[in-house]
Amino acid sequence: MSFNNLDNLYRQVIMDHYKNPRNHGSLSNGALTLEMNNPTCGDRIQLHLLIEDGIVNDVKFEGEGCSISLASASMMTQVIKGQEVETALKLSQYFSDMMLGKDVDPADLELGDIEALQGVAKFPARIKCATLAWKAMEKAVDQNEQP
Amino acid sequence: MDVAAIRADFPILDQEVNGKPLVYLDSAATSQKPKQVIEAVNHYYRNNNSNVHRGVHTIGTRATEQYEGARERVRQFISAKHTEEIIFTRGTTSAINLVASSYGRANLTEADEIVTTQMEHHSNIIPWQQLAKATGAKLKFIPLEPDGTLTLDNIKKTITDSTKIVAITHVSNVLGTVNPIQAITKIAHQHHAVVVVDGAQGIPHMKVDVSELDCDFYAFSGHKMCAPTGVGVLYGKKEWLEAMEPVEFGGEMIDFVDLYDSTWKELPWKFEGGTPIIAGAVGLAAAIDYLTEVGLDNITKHETQLVEYAMDQLTTIEGLEIYGPKKRAGLITFNLTDVHPHDTATVLDSEGIAVRAGHHCAQPLMKWLNATATARASFYLYNSRSDIDRLVDGLRKAKEFFGDVF
Repeated sequence: MSFNNLDNLYRQVIMDHYKNPRNHGSLSNGALTLEMNNPTCGDRIQLHLLIEDGIVNDVKFEGEGCSISLASASMMTQVIKGQEVETALKLSQYFSDMMLGKDVDPADLELGDIEALQGVAKFPARIKCATLAWKAMEKAVDQNEQP
Repeated sequence: MDVAAIRADFPILDQEVNGKPLVYLDSAATSQKPKQVIEAVNHYYRNNNSNVHRGVHTIGTRATEQYEGARERVRQFISAKHTEEIIFTRGTTSAINLVASSYGRANLTEADEIVTTQMEHHSNIIPWQQLAKATGAKLKFIPLEPDGTLTLDNIKKTITDSTKIVAITHVSNVLGTVNPIQAITKIAHQHHAVVVVDGAQGIPHMKVDVSELDCDFYAFSGHKMCAPTGVGVLYGKKEWLEAMEPVEFGGEMIDFVDLYDSTWKELPWKFEGGTPIIAGAVGLAAAIDYLTEVGLDNITKHETQLVEYAMDQLTTIEGLEIYGPKKRAGLITFNLTDVHPHDTATVLDSEGIAVRAGHHCAQPLMKWLNATATARASFYLYNSRSDIDRLVDGLRKAKEFFGDVF
């Protein structure tokens, strides 16, 4: 059976992150915790960020959702861990542009697996799934900067 | 019932989605519109569009006649006693909010109770939560049986002499449960409580006679019964509506306006502030004509047969969990093991099949089902057995696809 169109959305690497999420769990000891829902579909992500001296020293997530939202969260934690907050925000902007189908030069950003989610741009109904964790990260950073 | 002929009335169904003929199984979210309704709205705008109840010009009179004619058409359709018991609203949500804001605020105190259930759509929970917060009244829930139905015993136990309002859905938009409204009304009335029925999923699919149900209020949306979006109805017994204050103030609903005080028009217009939903009402009347011509009893029978067939077919899919009672209205909510409903719905969409995935605006019920989200296929008069065959094939494909990638 051919699943060409679907294979473009559900790449092997996405399914791998969905089944074996990286950085899954919680953080205590001074970590920021932010929960974000997608109220239209019931997806829920709880993101824990440990930011010290402008660096994302640790990050973990928990939650419920579809393959796209959980895989995206897993990939995000991988690429932002150990990075400067500023770089994490740049990655988020890059990801957001990618979801809008824009052809943006990543310059020196290390993208990790997130490029595998490129196909989501062609499924408008699923873009919100993919951006949920990133939105949570941006909000957490924002709250951290304005206590 | 000639489904092929009915399908030919719905232009939208004649298209391909993702290279496959469209199978529309999301009528519980909104129904499709027959050309008779589309043409009625078109005809109104092309020939009679004017504001109503004002001016003396000819097309204004025609618009008023069509708008008020639609009200009378609704009255006949639901067997209400009086035309002025029909209030046009934006939909079910605004109809229920009207009752909560007007009747509720005026009649409830902290000594009172509001009774509802955990199977309600958000539109029949949140207005009552807000009313409870504002008045101090207590919100109570009739417990659900494991299959998602209510028992008369539990209904009797939950409704007491302190109950002032019983708010209940006619048909659950997730479980398909059909609630015994007539019996509930009888019990509620013994305790002098009023009954507010959320009819959004009821009236599109079965004959509704409000006099027989004896409910005090019945709220429904046009768009789920072949009419345009943006129009709905609040039916209320005249004795309550007459005593109730309007909740929206402005043009159209007034009698006399002075600088510091005003008086209201009589029923039903005191509840219809601003320019009303004229084209929507015209479309609703056309939808009622259409459904009446097909026959509500025929539609119910058709959907019952479809659901039976769908249940037989779907239960052959291993790992498919179905929620709700055996005896149900024309919808089936389900989950495939280990496949999130969004992913299921995306695979189905790639096959041209439209289903709903998510919490269906019923988060408390999702909690009760212990599911974060579910997929739902809902049927209407234009669906056929072949639509169900396509759904079953699509689900097998989803299983295979996600089985492959894992």
